[in-house]
Amino acid sequence: MTDTAVSGGKTEPGIKAIRLRHPWRNTFAVVLLLIVALFVVDAAMRPAYDWPAVGKYLFDQRISQAAFVTLQLTVYSMIIAIILGVTLAIMRLSPNPVVNSIAWVYLWVFRGTPVYVQLVFWGLIGTIYQSIDIGLPFTEPWVSFPTRVALSAFVLAIVGLALNEAAYMAEIVRAGLLSVDSGQEEAATALGMSWFQTMVRVIVPQSMRVIIPPAGNEVISMLKTTSLVTAIPFTLELYTRSRDIAAVTFETVPLLIVASIWYLFFTSILMVGQYFLEKRFARGIGDRRPDKKADDATAAMTGVTPVVGSGQPTVVLPPTDPHKGDR
Amino acid sequence: MPDTPMVVADRVSKSFGSNEVLKSISLEVKRGEVMCLVGPSGSGKSTFLRCINHLEVVSAGRLSVDGELIGYREANDKLYEMRPKEAARQRRDIGMVFQRFNLFPHMTALQNVMEAPIRVKGLSKAGVEANARALLARVGLAERADYYPAHLSGGQQQRVAIARALAMEPKLMLFDEPTSALDPELVGEVLDVMQGLARDGMTMIVVTHEMGFAREVADSLVFMDGGVVVESGVPTEVLANPQHHRTQAFLSKVL
Repeated sequence: MTDTAVSGGKTEPGIKAIRLRHPWRNTFAVVLLLIVALFVVDAAMRPAYDWPAVGKYLFDQRISQAAFVTLQLTVYSMIIAIILGVTLAIMRLSPNPVVNSIAWVYLWVFRGTPVYVQLVFWGLIGTIYQSIDIGLPFTEPWVSFPTRVALSAFVLAIVGLALNEAAYMAEIVRAGLLSVDSGQEEAATALGMSWFQTMVRVIVPQSMRVIIPPAGNEVISMLKTTSLVTAIPFTLELYTRSRDIAAVTFETVPLLIVASIWYLFFTSILMVGQYFLEKRFARGIGDRRPDKKADDATAAMTGVTPVVGSGQPTVVLPPTDPHKGDR
Repeated sequence: MPDTPMVVADRVSKSFGSNEVLKSISLEVKRGEVMCLVGPSGSGKSTFLRCINHLEVVSAGRLSVDGELIGYREANDKLYEMRPKEAARQRRDIGMVFQRFNLFPHMTALQNVMEAPIRVKGLSKAGVEANARALLARVGLAERADYYPAHLSGGQQQRVAIARALAMEPKLMLFDEPTSALDPELVGEVLDVMQGLARDGMTMIVVTHEMGFAREVADSLVFMDGGVVVESGVPTEVLANPQHHRTQAFLSKVL
């Protein structure tokens, strides 16, 4: 490398070029805005939307209570679904064939039937099994109480939603666990960590990055699926409550708008929560460094103007390690 | 028992299905010895290394570390498979460094080094942190303690991985091609750290393609091919004057 001339060294002035124009982009945006404006103006004047009624019912106590019930259904069933889903995912990955099969059958049943059908079944459970008995089989039960008393429609709604959702969560969690490089488990094992420690400290935190986006999807989806619990029948949640009021007052459209506004409000909050969760689990992935210095290696590369001759291969060698001195 | 060897392999075999990867390997590694395992890829050297800390289960033969049988308990002339807990206890004392570093990406360099002593040994955080910082300084990375692995070069990551293994105070260190995934210019810094370890008397088994390291640092060199030990001896002699034609053929390609 004695006869090689070193090129570059001082930084060239930045490129000043005329930016590429996108006239069609702007035209399209203007047209779109016009259409939206037209629609909004039209909707504001259209009597069928009955905006005063929307305003009247938006904070009606019956509606806000129903919205709270919907939120409760979502949160409770999702918590159960996540716990059960993680358990099922780990069971599916277990080398134990018994445990594995149980999880497989669960998924087969609960993913293979419509959630609406499942909810109707849960509603009928009081008819199918009229009492809940605790005791040994074929002997007099120690305790016995009627199913309808033990399990309210609210509880059945949560159970029905949660058990269905758990099957989907299980597959999401399984995908997340499988996405973690197998070298991670090996390294943890080689350090003497137990299987459980490896899962909790190494595998699960890394899989969260993959799990959270689809899980967020599932929470939002669950918020809306709660409207199906009318199949139980449970009627105190947002959608059914709005329909019931509308059935009496004939204000169907305004009440649908009211329900939609509440659903949108909750999903917006959930999306914000998801953003912060994702940020939390992106540790070590993003470009935050403890020092804000530019990367030494990239710095060393700027200002180099390589000359590539035609017809001959050019090899770009990286600069020598700038951190060599710190050993 | 300072005279008993650290590792004894007695006719160790390993098969994956019908594919026999190790065929009756017998060798000994003395305390404080540095042994280099060399050979073409697929010769079984990495598999053998992984058998030593029970990441792979041997199919036949006996493998013991520090006089203790690996992966099995022996009683009344019968072998009993170990519980995962017992196997984990054996692995604590055996450090392993991987080709692809396998640092935990969601933890900083310091947290990587501290994780196992806190979780596995249950030591107090303060003492572990002081020790971990000392270890990072030993591998030349004191200033990089709070960096995540993604912000470290390959050579730096591998040095953190070495510090992480050392944090468990192992009596034996296994290196599985520790420099094969590195840019050539970064190989030296990792080998320097390993040479320092050897100087301090650590027992090491190193699977490597770095013949220079084998010549200068190793006490013994084992050449494997096709799942068998073809030739072994003092590195300078084996490298300068290989006896077996397979060793000659291999060395003519890598030297």
